[in-house]
Amino acid sequence: MRDAWLAHLLDLLPKESVVRRAPLHITDDRLLGGLDLAATLCAGKPVVQKGLLAEINGGILIGAMAERLTAAAASRFASALDLGAVRLERDGFTQTMPARFGLIAFDESLAGEPGVPAILRERLPLRIDLDEIRHLPKDAAVNRDVVLRAREDLTKVVVSADVIQSLCVTAAALGIASLLAPLMAVRVARASAALAGRKVANDDDAIAAVRMVLAPRATVAIEAHSAEESPSQPSNDEHGTEARGSNDRQQPLENMLIEVAKACIPPRLLEALKSGGGRRSTGSNGKSGSTRSTMRRGRPVGVAVGKPGAGARVHVIETLRTAAPWQNLRRDKARPDSRRVVVRASDLRVHRVKQRSETTTIFVVDASGSSALHRFGEAKGAVELLLAECYVRRDQVALIAFSGRGAELLLPPTRSLARAKRQLADIPGGGGTPLAAAIDTAFELADGQRRRGQTVSVVLLTDGRPNLCRDGRAGREAAQSEAVAASIAVRATGIAALLIDTSPQASQFASTLAEALGARYLALPHADAQTLAAAVQVGRNFQ
Amino acid sequence: MRAQFPFTAVLGQDEMKRALLISAVDPSVGGVLVFGDRGTGKSTAIRGLSALLPRIRVVEGCRYRCDPGANGTGCEDCQERGRSGSLPSTWAVVPVVDLPLGATEDRIIGALDLERALTRGEKAFETGLLARAHRGFLYIDEVNLLEDHLVDLLLDVAASGENVVEREGLSVRHPARFVLVGSGNPEEGELRPQLLDRFGLSVEVKTPSDIATRVEIIKRRNAFELDAAAFLDEWKSEEEVVSAQIASARSSLRFVETSQQIISQAAELSAGLGTDGLRGELTLVRAARALAALEDVGAVNASHLKQVAPSALRHRLRRNPLDDAGSTVRVERAVEEMFGE
Repeated sequence: MRDAWLAHLLDLLPKESVVRRAPLHITDDRLLGGLDLAATLCAGKPVVQKGLLAEINGGILIGAMAERLTAAAASRFASALDLGAVRLERDGFTQTMPARFGLIAFDESLAGEPGVPAILRERLPLRIDLDEIRHLPKDAAVNRDVVLRAREDLTKVVVSADVIQSLCVTAAALGIASLLAPLMAVRVARASAALAGRKVANDDDAIAAVRMVLAPRATVAIEAHSAEESPSQPSNDEHGTEARGSNDRQQPLENMLIEVAKACIPPRLLEALKSGGGRRSTGSNGKSGSTRSTMRRGRPVGVAVGKPGAGARVHVIETLRTAAPWQNLRRDKARPDSRRVVVRASDLRVHRVKQRSETTTIFVVDASGSSALHRFGEAKGAVELLLAECYVRRDQVALIAFSGRGAELLLPPTRSLARAKRQLADIPGGGGTPLAAAIDTAFELADGQRRRGQTVSVVLLTDGRPNLCRDGRAGREAAQSEAVAASIAVRATGIAALLIDTSPQASQFASTLAEALGARYLALPHADAQTLAAAVQVGRNFQ
Repeated sequence: MRAQFPFTAVLGQDEMKRALLISAVDPSVGGVLVFGDRGTGKSTAIRGLSALLPRIRVVEGCRYRCDPGANGTGCEDCQERGRSGSLPSTWAVVPVVDLPLGATEDRIIGALDLERALTRGEKAFETGLLARAHRGFLYIDEVNLLEDHLVDLLLDVAASGENVVEREGLSVRHPARFVLVGSGNPEEGELRPQLLDRFGLSVEVKTPSDIATRVEIIKRRNAFELDAAAFLDEWKSEEEVVSAQIASARSSLRFVETSQQIISQAAELSAGLGTDGLRGELTLVRAARALAALEDVGAVNASHLKQVAPSALRHRLRRNPLDDAGSTVRVERAVEEMFGE
């Protein structure tokens, strides 16, 4: 389906359009541009090489597996999209190169995975779920020539104040906070009108924009909000005359748009919203091979004198810089006009990289009924103290909670501790204790993070009373043995762990479990925050 | 490059705009950090600021745009020339330099000019972004995603106001005093505390929730996208007014009176909130003075202090790292207690 869709899209583009793929492991020098080594050595003076973003100007860039992009890499795309240009400040070059392109990002994340970094996701107006599409419409009215003509007419299309107003109201009704969404919706409405050959965007275009831009971004179930929208209407008066004449017509359009939005919010999204917006983590990510190949050994922190080999890469620019001052002396006496650059072994410089020392701490919190009954509040307090430690060390944190509803990844790894704290405060409690499932989920996440080159540690807070098996059966004995088995599997991978026992009396099973996990065991003392803090101080050195 | 959306056409976000104007009037306030939601006009406002900045006098032929009036603080070359009489000067625009995330170290601090070295065998220094930003603004979008080793470079230069380059056989030092402006989204990650401290003012921006405001923002943006030239024309007079305001505030800044009472109120406010060091109250007083100059009143009063207190203090509180909204509230409460509401 994906290939068919892509082929269909390419069919519609002007023939001379450039279409390129951006591999996940693309380096800055290829993405943004830099020194063209071959040309530089040949010409004897620095020659700039365009990066992919500049080469693609006017074309389409395809990013497969965009969900694997780091936030930093995604922000390079985002900045180019914002500016319509690439600003190069690398390797001795300062240039601004036009880079207006369409970006198609394929998000292949499974349910429960974080998906495309938000910084990029918010800037991509259209979202298409290819799973939902069975066949591609063969619309004879839309073809390459129509697209070409629409491109020319695009800037002449007028989007009326009504349509803008309606799109904003609809976005608000859908709980979309960001202004980027209605902004992009207006653009899409304009493009839609241009495609249809209209000079003024009409209701159909607004509907198209709602369907394609706003509905997939909805964050609240619509029923709850549509009723509250009418009071916010008086705002028209502030705009004076321009809005007045259109007042009577406006209301129906907004209502219609909201209806449209209601109809085309993906059913799965609504489901997720109803269950509290939480992401459910199910299954494993079977994509380990690909990440391993893109994993970087560390990030460059500078240069050093040395020879390449044994893992060291030549730092071309620095090597050239070292060699440069000597060129007049070294030039071949026999061929004084040679432009060749003479590099000696002593000029060689290599990249110095720093091993990534980043740590991810995964908190696994027991929110089951038994735990909630006991000392859930204190456990949360303990996690908060540990979070503060993480802040000091600039660790990433992730949060998994397990209760009668199963084990849930509430917060994928992030450095934003404010979010971690918010999530922690909102953990609902109750139900059984699927400990084995929780350990599995934590392990999957830990494994994924390790493949990204992070050091991982797991902090498990539980009262050690598992009573739910992986398949949802109840039973203490079976649940216990499953939990121990899961723990032994984790131990084999050597992931550091800390188990904090939250039961009133230190539980026998919890310490057995800690042993199986190879974890440090820490009984949560019965005491005030200070003793707790002291215990956590001891516990934090467990890595 | 696309045309730049005008600063004055950015609707709402008064605190952010005020902070940027303050730093334009008095660079010694020490930079602005804008943290908040995506799509709130952070980058737009900052990039738009450059059009408003009045031109500055620079030494003619100086690559670092030294100030001809402030002798002794310029680059080595200007100091040398300055000894033998006054320097020729000319007008120049204030630089607003963008530091893109993918920038390499050599472009930031400057490096050996490769072209001249290779073609002519000369050892020459090619200035970097820090030199270009001297006496102007250095803007880093997504500042919280900047690589740590680049942050280290910035911290050092921002603290000393001088860029010292010792590499590839070059030994160069030149002044690099700039207003550091950063923006970012806290969801992407926290900022290193050392870097946070370097910013004089910190502003939180939120997407406006009011429908009328939102509609107007989209309308303006739409108009700009359709016909940038016409839009800029429409806002031209507005831009000129603010530009003149900055220029007059700059020249009157020296004459704004700051009473002993204001200074002690600022000190009391900072001490009451337990801010680290003296930088908080210094920034507070300076920012209040710049605001008074912007409003064209002769003396700093309590209202100025009240307006700038959240920006100047909120990132300096010894905070609980997990407390997300708390700092702003605490500053506001302290301000209310002091001045009564």
